[in-house]
Amino acid sequence: MPVLLKVEGIKKHFKTPGGTLHAVDGVSFELERGKTIGIVGESGCGKSTLGRAVINLIPATGGKVLFKGKDITAFKGKNLHSLRKDMQMIFQDPFSSLNPRMTVSEIIREPIVEHKIKTGNREIEEEINILMETVGLASRLYHAYPHELDGGRRQRIGIARALALNPDFIVCDEPVSALDVSIQSQILNLMQDLQEEKKIAYMFITHDLSVVRHMSDDIAVMYLGVVVEKCSVDKLFQSQLHPYTKALLSSIPSTDLDFKKSRIILKGEITSPINPGDECRFAARCNYATDKCFKETPVLRDIGGYHYVACHYAENLQKGDSA
Amino acid sequence: MNDVLLNIEDLVVSYTSGNKKVNAVNRMNIVVEKGETVGLVGETGAGKTTTAKAILRLIPNPPGVIEKGKIYFSNENLLSKKESEMRKIRGNKISMIFQDPMTSLNPVITIGEQIAEVIRLHQKVSKAKAGIIACEMLERVGIPKERYDEYPHQFSGGMKQRVVIAIALACNPQLLIADEPTTALDVTIQAQILELMHKLKIDFNTSMIMISHDLGVVAEICDKVAIIYAGQVVEFGTVKDVYKNTAHPYTKGLFAAIPSIKGDRLKRLFYIPGLMPDPTNIPNGCPFSPRCSSKLDICEKCAPKDTYINENHLVRCHLYEEKERELDLCQSY
Repeated sequence: MPVLLKVEGIKKHFKTPGGTLHAVDGVSFELERGKTIGIVGESGCGKSTLGRAVINLIPATGGKVLFKGKDITAFKGKNLHSLRKDMQMIFQDPFSSLNPRMTVSEIIREPIVEHKIKTGNREIEEEINILMETVGLASRLYHAYPHELDGGRRQRIGIARALALNPDFIVCDEPVSALDVSIQSQILNLMQDLQEEKKIAYMFITHDLSVVRHMSDDIAVMYLGVVVEKCSVDKLFQSQLHPYTKALLSSIPSTDLDFKKSRIILKGEITSPINPGDECRFAARCNYATDKCFKETPVLRDIGGYHYVACHYAENLQKGDSA
Repeated sequence: MNDVLLNIEDLVVSYTSGNKKVNAVNRMNIVVEKGETVGLVGETGAGKTTTAKAILRLIPNPPGVIEKGKIYFSNENLLSKKESEMRKIRGNKISMIFQDPMTSLNPVITIGEQIAEVIRLHQKVSKAKAGIIACEMLERVGIPKERYDEYPHQFSGGMKQRVVIAIALACNPQLLIADEPTTALDVTIQAQILELMHKLKIDFNTSMIMISHDLGVVAEICDKVAIIYAGQVVEFGTVKDVYKNTAHPYTKGLFAAIPSIKGDRLKRLFYIPGLMPDPTNIPNGCPFSPRCSSKLDICEKCAPKDTYINENHLVRCHLYEEKERELDLCQSY
């Protein structure tokens, strides 16, 4: 499969009165057509900002995003407008991402008309009906308003709207975290079916590790604007190496009563992303931190077999001794 | 250990919306024993929070009315108490932790004062003494007492939830109701808070009702669990019974719908077809029957009764009822 998207050292900094906030600080990854990369992290780690910067919804401060070989960070005006046909986004909150004064059909029609996907009223109507059927919205909801629908159906509208342009790449920013479990699985199944059928690549942003495991091929774990570990799903869940990833995985409450795990409780909370110094950003909370960690920023490096870790002591951790 | 602290019997709470009446809680029975933690699990709109509010008599009226039922707390019926008596119970014998720590603290009062306030309200102590107790509480929830004079906005979400827990436990309540206490927090912070709550529960010997939609959180912290669907407890038992010998089809569906973090990845996730019933239009018979894959003819006709699978494990489903008794019941409806 050819590489569809190549992100190279993308950065997004915000100016604040207290200094420069490094929301995303040099993130790189590649994504093939029809595959999913999961972006995991806690609130404030920059995962949503990354998603927005990748599709140029907000301009990146630095780095490149090569989409089908072209650097789209420089796109403006008309180019950017037509880029939206290839890149779409599904938002977290189906309650605030839909215009409350538009009906279901109007919401889905808007991108079709805007990008002239179909012309002629009958073709447009037909397309809307096909899209509604694809995402499992009953045709009686054609004239319904978003407030009349439950969260799951609203999220289906959001998906239909993104699909209307037949994109190759969709950024999904916490698409199921506002939904109940029984509805969540319906939406996840739908997204997987669509991926298989249309070969869409997903960037799946979430804080829910069980969801990301189900959906992704590769996973990148973010902490304070940087990727601390990146590898295939199976590797991450079986032989994760970064101390943060270990703590994160051990924190998930399990429904399996027999599964006794040693929980790693992290000290303190996420530190400030404003003006970070030359240190490992996780050092202050890390159980293995040494002087070196407070003096030198570890770089994300491949320790073998497509397993990237940003930790000075990745090899030691791999061998099982403490750093 | 087998002293009953809280006993909810046949509780019905309804809300009026326009000219429709909605039963948010419908024939609810829950028992909490001393020192025990009971989890209430259900999806949005199942009636978990309404039940909690009914215990504290905090249902806004109008539109909400506690229609019938009894809530015994230490063998006294809370529903027959006067408002002035209830005020002495709230925050003192029963206290509550709300889901969102960002909105449950007063933004213009220092956190120390907010803890001291509840102590002064319920205990006859001087202002200075209340301040000292408040400092102790801060330390117990892991906040240095030097932060007594800081305001809520100076704290992170996890720290705010610690303050809320300190307020809730300040008067050493017999029952603590925690309404999704970690839902707004990140997993690593959630792990910290859950550990803290577990430790404090033992230190203070408090019974607890833990409302959650997360079966994992409940498995970590609860002794018993009640699965709630459309305002009813459809399954109740020890965590072990409910998780290992799951009986009700809805509970089974909930477990199957969660993507696993270990084992083989499934190609497709299981899902429960359909949606939660519209509360203004609860189906006849069993409320889960339209979504149930093991539905019997009787399920649509008459409501199931509670059946005991073992001494502590109760399920409200026709599949477990004795057939003959079932027919009698149906005719008497």
